[in-house]
Amino acid sequence: MDLKYGVGLLVILIIIIAVLTFGTGSNYDRIEIAGSTSVQPVAEKLAEKYMEEHPNVRVDVMGGGSGLGIRSVSQDIIAIGTSSKALKTSEKDGLIEYPIGREGIVVAVNTNNPVNSLSKNQLKDIFSGNITNWNEVGGLDGRINLVIREDGSGTRSAFEDLVMNKTKVKSDAIVQTSTESIKVAVKQDPNAIGYISLAHMTPDVKALKIDGVSPSIETIKDGTYKLQRPFLFVTNGEPKGPVKEFIDWCLGPEGQEIVKNEKIVPET
Amino acid sequence: MSKWNEEFFIEKGLLLTAISSVIVIALIIIFIFREGLPALQSVGFFSFLFGMEWAPSNGQYGIFPMIIGSLGITALSLLMAVPLGVFCAIFLSEIAPSKIRKILNPTIQTLAGIPSVVYGFFGLVLLVPFMRVQFGGTGFSMFTASVILTVMILPIIVSVSEDALRSIPVEYKEASLALGATHWQTIKNVIFPAAIPGIITSVILGMGRAIGETLAIIMVAGNVVQIPGSIMDPVRALTSNIAIEMGYATGVHYNALFATGIVLVFMIIVLLVIANYFHYKKKVTIGGGYL
Repeated sequence: MDLKYGVGLLVILIIIIAVLTFGTGSNYDRIEIAGSTSVQPVAEKLAEKYMEEHPNVRVDVMGGGSGLGIRSVSQDIIAIGTSSKALKTSEKDGLIEYPIGREGIVVAVNTNNPVNSLSKNQLKDIFSGNITNWNEVGGLDGRINLVIREDGSGTRSAFEDLVMNKTKVKSDAIVQTSTESIKVAVKQDPNAIGYISLAHMTPDVKALKIDGVSPSIETIKDGTYKLQRPFLFVTNGEPKGPVKEFIDWCLGPEGQEIVKNEKIVPET
Repeated sequence: MSKWNEEFFIEKGLLLTAISSVIVIALIIIFIFREGLPALQSVGFFSFLFGMEWAPSNGQYGIFPMIIGSLGITALSLLMAVPLGVFCAIFLSEIAPSKIRKILNPTIQTLAGIPSVVYGFFGLVLLVPFMRVQFGGTGFSMFTASVILTVMILPIIVSVSEDALRSIPVEYKEASLALGATHWQTIKNVIFPAAIPGIITSVILGMGRAIGETLAIIMVAGNVVQIPGSIMDPVRALTSNIAIEMGYATGVHYNALFATGIVLVFMIIVLLVIANYFHYKKKVTIGGGYL
């Protein structure tokens, strides 16, 4: 009896899979998005919600990096490329940028660290190893322990673009592979300093003011907080049909609400 | 179906199940070679193996510090786990009253069942701050990683060694005691030497687990690509390198990670060959004959 029951279940399962695979048919519009791994999570959320409301459209979101996104969209391999840095003039060539939001990078230290503010140059000196003791920047005596993200992380490349300006990060910095483990390391070590995105900021670590401005939705919006980067959708030429509808929807109130829920500062 | 046919199919069927693991290993090796060789060609075998700089964004691929990191973490953890595990096994098999054994055995087996991410998180939240307060530095270090690994490989070493010690024929023990030897002399001179091949097996298994462990190491070792000046310096293991960067890698970087895998596989094969050599050598010289 048990066996028969099992076989019956298996048959039902196969039928369900078959229906899911072949039953939906192929008469839907397909929008392919690829590029920045930082934009990917919010683009996936947008796609998911959009597909719920528009069952005849399929939006596929892939990663690959900002460079790949821009390259693929200019070669018309994909409909929308995503980028987490502004396009260089040499890259623009017929491409149109649609900013969907901005992300802030927060420099976090231990809550017991008396240092509240650093200038961008001090930050650069700290991460390149020119400043190695907290008392050089107005803190207590103690060796500065750097905590960074792994090579390839979007937050790391944003931080290096915005702060380091091609200077190499000190080679003995501790590497952690997620925002959460950076926060745990900073939370425990009074001498640690690390960077995370504003979306993941919580009160168990302290956000430093950069050049006197503390990171918040408002300071990012008005541009006074400098450690920020745009999240862009890029198309090759004026978008048409379903692609245009999707971008308009993302920039509209519904899309921007999702962007906001992902703790990305919306554009509008 | 005739009897002959039945025999034939069962024999071949069993053979198939037996060689399936060989087939899987062969496929894995072919696959990592296919993906990894382009990197070895473009970087150069020796500059890959002995290069000191790992900076994929600048096109530098040298994994020597990570080889040292992997070997260092493994050696340190074996140094702590083998004595601890073997003495624990001797206690369990020879000395412990059955009441204590009933508590200890399940406890040790539970250690083996805890997922590595839990060990890693435990290390990150408790051990790393402890190490920082006690020894200075950041707390992320080769030593911290090997302490976590010691706990992880202990159950393997204890249970396999205990089995080896228990499977020594009781006549050996009786003969030794009858000759007037004390219990400790019997353990030291008869039971332990006869069980050595099995104990070496336990060390081989523990070593395999230690060198292959990834997640727990990523969380506590600090992942800095450098040759450690002391055991309190952060290091990166080969396995960690693959896991950390695989998500982003494209082109040569991607191939270089597979080439890291090739090196790792060869390191494990060499270590296994060495360990097996000792295993068989001991078997002959001791003449226990049973293991």
